Amino acid sequence: MPDVLTTAREQVLEQGRGLSRQQVLEVLRLPDERLDELLGLAHEVRMSWCGPAVEVEGIISLKTGGCPEDCHFCSQSGLFDSPVRAAWLDVPALVEAAKQTAKTGATEFCIVAAVRGPDARLMAQVAAGIAAIKDELDINIACSLGILTTEQVDELVALGVHRYNHNLETARSHFPNVVTTHSWEERRETLQLVRDSGMELCCGGILGMGESVEQRAEFAADLAELEPHEVPLNFLNPRPGTPLGDADVLPAADALRAIGAFRLALPRTVLRFAGGRELTLGDLGARQGLLGGINAVIVGNYLTTLGRPPESDLDLLAELQMPVKALNATL
Amino acid sequence: MSVVEAASYCDQCGAPATDAGHERCAARRELEPPRFCAECGRRMVVQVTPIGWTARCSRHGELTS
Repeated sequence: MPDVLTTAREQVLEQGRGLSRQQVLEVLRLPDERLDELLGLAHEVRMSWCGPAVEVEGIISLKTGGCPEDCHFCSQSGLFDSPVRAAWLDVPALVEAAKQTAKTGATEFCIVAAVRGPDARLMAQVAAGIAAIKDELDINIACSLGILTTEQVDELVALGVHRYNHNLETARSHFPNVVTTHSWEERRETLQLVRDSGMELCCGGILGMGESVEQRAEFAADLAELEPHEVPLNFLNPRPGTPLGDADVLPAADALRAIGAFRLALPRTVLRFAGGRELTLGDLGARQGLLGGINAVIVGNYLTTLGRPPESDLDLLAELQMPVKALNATL
Repeated sequence: MSVVEAASYCDQCGAPATDAGHERCAARRELEPPRFCAECGRRMVVQVTPIGWTARCSRHGELTS
């Protein structure tokens, strides 16, 4: 049987065809001694099919906590004994957060709410916030508001929302172990509505939630089939009070292997470093990830936790000679 | 108000700061805003923004990064 990285060089790097589920599994089973080789190939694939530019994004929680869903990784579920209290952000504070994001050079600003799906009050707040941001700033606005109806999708399109995030979170076979208040299929339906609307689709998940290596490969294949514009890769940051609060952090080598494998499964996708990377990979891992297939970052803080200072990532990008993607450019 | 000046309670878990077993809290603090008021131990309303955070105690007011 040919070596999977030799196959990937021809299939992915030269032809642009992502690895299959079985091939991803082979990559995820590579020994640590071949990790540098994997990351080097993933970097070549990223440079060949996406280019050197890196998409920079900031995110904000518009509505924090009190969520009725039971996503086992999330400190914002109202069903767990988490220290996170419910909070709403007003429109002036939302605009200020967008300005903070724009100052970093970011071209994307994602408005996030901890909800099953948006109600009329939340949609009104989102509409007012987007109008206020657009009055003052030139930045792409994305939203992540949970499960949507067709009418809500249409409303977001009318508001000029550029991209919609809705993560599948994990492999279909593992999803019931992580979420019981809604199904993987319900999430998939919203993704289809977003795809049909013309908004860019952003869909990823969290690694290190007790999934097997086989399920990690399944998840990569699930995402590849969906063909999202962007895949945010999070690594579990165990949150106090949640069912996964005492879970072990994913070993750095496994996280890096997953980055390389996901890039080889998704050669043309915007693959974004998202939450948990500071804990899982540390400062060194940020560099290894960016040289191993990653071509987008969330800068600064996350929804409820803190990230690296934006200048740390921006300085690193400058050092690696990776330009920040310009507004309205495509990767 | 300073977290350090009035640290009667752990700002991560809300338990008395003098209790043993805050090692995980100390490790967590590097990537976490305060969650509990250091003066009274109440859970605070916390808003994280791209480059900062605010944490408000209903009795002791607001902290900002």
